[in-house]
Amino acid sequence: MKKKRIKSPYASSLYWPAGILYMVLFFIPTVLSLFFSLTRWTLQEWEFIGIENFTLYFSEENLRIGFRNTIIYAVLTSGLKVIFALYLATFLSSKLRATGFIRSVLFFPTLVSTIGVGITFSVLMNPYEGIINAVIKSVAGFFGKTTDGPGWLIDPNLLPIVSIALVDVWKGVGIATLIYIAGMAAIPRDYYEASSIDGASTRQQFYKVTIPLVRPAMFSVIILSFVGGLRSFDLIWAMTGGGPGFISDVLASINYKQYTSGYYGLATAGNVILFVVVSILVFPLSRYLNKKEVVM
Amino acid sequence: MILTRNKGLKSKTKYRSIWADITGIIVTVIVFILPFYFLVVNAAKSQEESFRLNMSPPEKWLLFQNIAKVVSDYDWHVLNATKNSLILTIFSVFFLIIISGMTGFVMHRKRDNTSAVANFLVLTALVIPPAIVPTIWVLQRIGLYKTLAGMIAIEVAYGLAFAVLIFRNFIGTIPKEIDEAAIVDGCTGWNLYFRIIFPLLKPVSITIGIIATAAVFNDFTNPLYFLPGDENATLQGTLFAYVSRYSTQYNLLFADILYITAFPLLAFIFFNKRIVSGMTAGSIKG
Repeated sequence: MKKKRIKSPYASSLYWPAGILYMVLFFIPTVLSLFFSLTRWTLQEWEFIGIENFTLYFSEENLRIGFRNTIIYAVLTSGLKVIFALYLATFLSSKLRATGFIRSVLFFPTLVSTIGVGITFSVLMNPYEGIINAVIKSVAGFFGKTTDGPGWLIDPNLLPIVSIALVDVWKGVGIATLIYIAGMAAIPRDYYEASSIDGASTRQQFYKVTIPLVRPAMFSVIILSFVGGLRSFDLIWAMTGGGPGFISDVLASINYKQYTSGYYGLATAGNVILFVVVSILVFPLSRYLNKKEVVM
Repeated sequence: MILTRNKGLKSKTKYRSIWADITGIIVTVIVFILPFYFLVVNAAKSQEESFRLNMSPPEKWLLFQNIAKVVSDYDWHVLNATKNSLILTIFSVFFLIIISGMTGFVMHRKRDNTSAVANFLVLTALVIPPAIVPTIWVLQRIGLYKTLAGMIAIEVAYGLAFAVLIFRNFIGTIPKEIDEAAIVDGCTGWNLYFRIIFPLLKPVSITIGIIATAAVFNDFTNPLYFLPGDENATLQGTLFAYVSRYSTQYNLLFADILYITAFPLLAFIFFNKRIVSGMTAGSIKG
């Protein structure tokens, strides 16, 4: 046809505002980070020092902890959200009366300030004055036992990062549930009717109909929460600041500490490492999940 | 439909559903409402009373006095931060909706090399973390570092990928015949988008608007890096700073949290139905 001679009615210039912003504030800094991670940098001048930043970064002991915590945090938050949200969504998709109320309440923490949630929970989790341990103590006392309760955020081992991850799940499970509910709403009712005529129980319907057909939503939840978990900073910063010591540091908080100490080259190297870690884990994961989806 | 409804009338199912209702409500109240209750009662107490950090209601409700104290403290610092946060949120969300909608439109309708590249860039931007210090360096070069305008540009740039994705998917549900009818009448280019298509995107624009408002208003990390300085402080930043200032005045610390939460809470009360239905409409699709 004559299509080639007619000027397209869709203007490519619609790309420009987004394209310029993306280029200047996202793409160019990302490319620059590859270079500046190899320098000693004061933001005014730089000196090329090769891979020294990376060797320095990897030689620090707290980095090992940071790596471990980043992975634990991401796996724990996304895993718990995927499972809890699936059951919550199933519960809330049923014809119960309380669903409207529960749905709203569940969703509210997503809108609330992460810093506010972090501060509130760090007070609640205070091992000496906090309410959570007060409840644990009185329950234990009821059964005739005495306990001090866990140290939550001041424990010298893994507990601080796990506690923060639990608060993250508390705050983020609502949005994961909504994604599931949307996925479940898209499942045609016929499948449930057909399977119940064939004598399937509610449990069988859940495992044989709901779970396979809600898979695209499940994958969105996995990817979104896993990426969020790997990059998360603000909740951890508000609750422990990476402490006690470096026990609950993650890659993002280590980078921030180096930035505030003025080690801009080192902080940029940390940024590149985070970038590589996220890419190595997430892109294969999303390809794997997409492949499974096609097979289904 | 008829089948399921008949089933629901069976007494056994009905009996079980009442228990499920009650358990659901109790668990929700304990897990989700009690922390907010704790926040409210302690924000309303006097200093000595709040120091005990318990759930009992205050002897005397001092909620508004405490909030007024927080807002006026340190030469009305929180009030200034409120102004900054509101300006930042309103402008970021406005530009984000305008810019990402037009991008999503041309990406969906004009399939060429540019749209393939744009698709790839959107997906990568969703995943990879932004390079922070080099971004500060770029902002310094163009004179936008430590300015609200620069912060708005950053929020829009970082929000683009998600918003473009949702707009593009939603635009896929708008029949191409609508464009064609407009094109026949001579409406093309930017006019085609802003006069014909954009008004049809209202539901998804509202969804994006709500998500982005919560994200920008509650953003702590990006202003921490790109908008330092006392006069530039946003509400999240003041809240963080006040943890140490109010370390012995829990009532004021909680009043500050409550004051900041009041903005999303009001939005939540007014738009509750919209938020939940909008979120489900926009959050998933292809």
